[in-house]
Amino acid sequence: MIVFENIGKSFGKLEVLRDINLRFELGQCIAILGPNGSGKTTLIKSLLGMVIPDKGEIRFKDISIKNAFDYRNQIGYMPQIGHYPPNLRISQLIDMMVDIRNSKDYELDEEIIDAFKLRDIYQKPLGTLSGGTKQKVSAALAFLFNPKVLILDEPTAGLDPVSSEILKAKIQKEKSKGKLILITSHIMSDLEELATHVVYLQDGQLKVFKELEALQDEFGENRLSRIIAQIMQMSKKMLCF
Amino acid sequence: MKKTIKYVVYDIIRNRFVMGYTLLLLVLSISFYLFESDSNKGILSLLNINIMVIPLVSVIFSTIHFYNSYEFIELMAAQPISRRTIFFSQFLGLSISLSLAFLVGIGLPTLIFDGSAKGLTLIGSGLLITLVFVSVAFLASVITRDKAKGIGIALGLWFYLCILYDGLVLSVLVNMSDYPMETASLVLSALNPADLARILVLMQLDVSALMGITGAIFHDFFSAKWGIALSFIMLILWVLIPLFFSYRIFNKKDL
Repeated sequence: MIVFENIGKSFGKLEVLRDINLRFELGQCIAILGPNGSGKTTLIKSLLGMVIPDKGEIRFKDISIKNAFDYRNQIGYMPQIGHYPPNLRISQLIDMMVDIRNSKDYELDEEIIDAFKLRDIYQKPLGTLSGGTKQKVSAALAFLFNPKVLILDEPTAGLDPVSSEILKAKIQKEKSKGKLILITSHIMSDLEELATHVVYLQDGQLKVFKELEALQDEFGENRLSRIIAQIMQMSKKMLCF
Repeated sequence: MKKTIKYVVYDIIRNRFVMGYTLLLLVLSISFYLFESDSNKGILSLLNINIMVIPLVSVIFSTIHFYNSYEFIELMAAQPISRRTIFFSQFLGLSISLSLAFLVGIGLPTLIFDGSAKGLTLIGSGLLITLVFVSVAFLASVITRDKAKGIGIALGLWFYLCILYDGLVLSVLVNMSDYPMETASLVLSALNPADLARILVLMQLDVSALMGITGAIFHDFFSAKWGIALSFIMLILWVLIPLFFSYRIFNKKDL
């Protein structure tokens, strides 16, 4: 479904992604892990065409995404920090997004809007919302068009525990429908419940791409957080030599 | 594209700045025409607005608006919308709003008080000047991600094109006055949008008689039909060339 081939990207002198090769298929739920600044968000943004890689090719259903945009109607994206036009109201934002796409082609999925009770605050301008509420709006938009691929960049960061559970249940539900889900997060316990595969990035390099179960067997450890801690230590030692 | 333009224009119109700009132009042009018995003088006064105030407002407002739309641009970039649509809807949205402000503020009164070729030249050149400086603003905005730097570059370009350039041309002409500089001055003027707009209107006003030998050459050139056509083409190039480069940069930019 999605293929990254030899992807490289630098911001000035800083190499953010180095020779990344990945292949994701429908039905998988990929946890993208790595320390801060390891290139997770850049990887995601290059898949969306927001960051343009210097090297390599990304293919969506065997078609290169370079200069393409149609493929994005199959992607729902929830950014790490949602930036929205501050004087637009929530209802206007959602109407606008529906209006800009040819909404007849989509079955709108408003479950999240209802679950987060966004309609109660529909008239609030986006500029006045708290970080957590903005996250809820971002989540609502990501699921709205019922996309085949969901890209969630730290979805539960900033959400209260109840909302976080609602969102996780929704992700679980979409996963069971056979969608492809990419998640980055620092909350390992969340990922443990959801992920089928683990991608571990460090300094822009792909260190690990394996099934979660295979990793659990390999390390003789069930907890994802412990596995990751071990991987981090291993790569640190490698750096020392 | 139409739907995206709709939202850009909607956003700009709700911003009261454009409304205030329209009113300011309207008040200025009506008072110029009413206080001067001769509409030619009104046109002369408005010409100064055309080549100083309108470039300044167009370039600064467009730059600020571009940076303030970053959220909108980012939001659109994750949707099934091409970069071209995102970019040109921003450009067209701004151009439409500022052109409307100009047409209501200066175009309408000019048509009422002086609907002759002079008035039409003033309106045509002013409209193009608006577009030129929106286009220049886009170039400044895509070069850097830093809003303060972007506004600085935009202001610098305005200062260069609308103020500094004339001084530079003049000093070249004075220093080289021993040589025949008529053609050179013609070419130098044609390379600056503000000068083009100014000369186009001045030539319609018969004040070129005050401009000496150079004026005579200018008159020959800019009053001929092909001279006028060429000046308008130059102004249109001044819109298209910065726009082309800013689109190319935007297309490869990381958002």
